[in-house]
Amino acid sequence: MSRQTVIELDGVCTRFGGNTVHRDLDLCVKEGQIVGLLGGSGSGKTTLLREILGLHRPDAGVVRLFGVDLNDPDIRVQRDIRRRLGMLFQHGALFSALSVYDNIAFPLRELRCLDEDWIRRLVHLKLAMVGLGVAHGKLMPAELSGGMVKRVALARALALEPELLLLDEPTAGLDPDRSQNFVELIGELQRELGLTVVMVTHDLNTLAGLASHVAILADHRIIAYGTRSEIMTIDHPFVTGFFGADRRKLL
Amino acid sequence: MSDRPSLHVEPGKVVLSGAWTLAEMLPRLAELQAGLAAATDGNRQWDLSALTRLDSAAAVLLWRAWQATWPVSLEIGDMHRRIVERVAELPQEMPPPPVARVHLPEFIGRYLLKAAANLRGMIALFGQLILDTFFLLRHPRDIPWREFTANVYKAGALALPVTALVGFLIGVTISYLSALQLKSFGADLFIVNILGISIIRELGPVLVAVLVAGRSGSAMTAQIGVMRVTEEIDALSTMGISRSIRVVLPKIVGLTVAMPLLVLWTSAVAMFGGMLAALLQLDLSLVYFLENLPRVVPVSNLYIGLGKGFVFGFVIALVACYFGLHVKPNTESLSANTTSAVVTAITTVILVDAIFAVFTRQVGVPHL
Ligand SMILES: Nc1ncnc2c1ncn2[C@@H]1O[C@H](COP(=O)(O)OP(=O)(O)OP(=O)(O)O)[C@@H](O)[C@H]1O
Ligand SMILES: [Mg+2]
Repeated sequence: MSRQTVIELDGVCTRFGGNTVHRDLDLCVKEGQIVGLLGGSGSGKTTLLREILGLHRPDAGVVRLFGVDLNDPDIRVQRDIRRRLGMLFQHGALFSALSVYDNIAFPLRELRCLDEDWIRRLVHLKLAMVGLGVAHGKLMPAELSGGMVKRVALARALALEPELLLLDEPTAGLDPDRSQNFVELIGELQRELGLTVVMVTHDLNTLAGLASHVAILADHRIIAYGTRSEIMTIDHPFVTGFFGADRRKLL
Repeated sequence: MSDRPSLHVEPGKVVLSGAWTLAEMLPRLAELQAGLAAATDGNRQWDLSALTRLDSAAAVLLWRAWQATWPVSLEIGDMHRRIVERVAELPQEMPPPPVARVHLPEFIGRYLLKAAANLRGMIALFGQLILDTFFLLRHPRDIPWREFTANVYKAGALALPVTALVGFLIGVTISYLSALQLKSFGADLFIVNILGISIIRELGPVLVAVLVAGRSGSAMTAQIGVMRVTEEIDALSTMGISRSIRVVLPKIVGLTVAMPLLVLWTSAVAMFGGMLAALLQLDLSLVYFLENLPRVVPVSNLYIGLGKGFVFGFVIALVACYFGLHVKPNTESLSANTTSAVVTAITTVILVDAIFAVFTRQVGVPHL
């Protein structure tokens, strides 16, 4: 069975003023892959995710999701595409005026098709998935710890049962135990639902535990994209610097 | 597509097939729900082995259709069974989120208590300012000159164009309307008295106060509020920098200093507008107007106007900073407090203006 292409970036260029972030960047992610996106701090990983989400329009090049060009003028096409993806922002981006429960229920209510009991069960299910209890639902985002913000944001990203999940540093700020749970949770969801995941991470354990493929962003481009073992053989200053002596750990 | 979720009732059992996911179910949700409800009656045999995908939204739907018990016989893939198990593990009784009911007396009481707490808080902030001032008098090197001048510039200099525009238009309007009335009585010359007293003593200060409350007051609340939301205020404290000396005091002192100057400027422009309208409407020459102004409008009116500007500036900045410091770290509270700051500042200004009117009723009114 030939796998469908989920994300296709073609010749993407991004500039902020005189600062070039991406130059002629290509990437193609197939259905069911878990891609770890690596790159130095400030190399433009978050910007790349924002472009995949359509929050930032590249200066040149095309972004296609599920085969649809993000510049498609039809608002309904755009909305349906966005419902098929979930994003975990680097800093959570929870709605600060809504409680944890309402944050997760919000996208579900927006569908206007589900009844309250269904939504309630789904919200508690998602909370349980990320290791939070019913009591946490009442808290406001300002009352959460940094790691809890991450987990609530993940629960919200999962609320609509997305086919494509974008994660920006999902395990930064979690203790090792929670990171392990997180890795298991995403892995399980991926096997059950055939999710496609693109995650930015600097954590080798997360990468080793989860990623099927690795993309390396350096010199304004994706310099390498392939399975973990393929990446290990690459000879580039960033790769050698990043993995250092830990190279073997990934295999 | 063959992946559409579907359901057949075969003799003795219910067969589900296709992808039961939220996205696939949405277009035909009502149909599927009705089908499930009908299939549940008396059917305790379910065959889910032909499912291609099952997500938790669909699992919740199934579990509800089964009335929260496992069917007598269930054929299902291991992976999909895990998903349904996760739903089954949830506590059955889900307490609905509490809905706050508010009764009228409670509402009024809470409102009054909040107003009292705000008043107390503002008095406390005032006290803190006095303590800070004493501290700065003893340590003149800590006086935040840069912040102070920046605030005078932002709240004062940058407000010059808008206050001038509004003042000019108001001056023209009042002069024009009064001239129409005065002309019919043949009392043209009294336009100088009317414009002089009303603008210098009353309209100038109040007009500027309303504009500044909307312009600078809201900006102060929003700025301090966002600094609280983003924990910048806490970052300042950890560096050993007092938030009241560095953030609050320069704003309050800056606006208190800038307001009388703005009042002077706005009153002058409004008088000029009034003079122009009088010239066009009544043929009253500018020279006559200016020569008579000091005679019919005692200079104490100007002092009252400037005094009001001074007090209004202080009140607006104090209220704005108080509400800014009490923003809770969420967007809802930020917007509510900015609104409260502007409304409270304007109300207080009008109140203080009334008090001024009572206590200065003997001063500066010429007796002909
Ligand atoms: N809105 C913006 N305006 C101007 N420059 C920006 C903007 N957003 C990002 N940049 C610049 O783009 C570059 C890439 O930023 P980006 O946030 O994508 O980095 P990153 O790879 O996610 O880094 P990190 O790992 O630290 O999160 C940086 O040099 C940053 O200064
Ligand atoms: Mg980033």
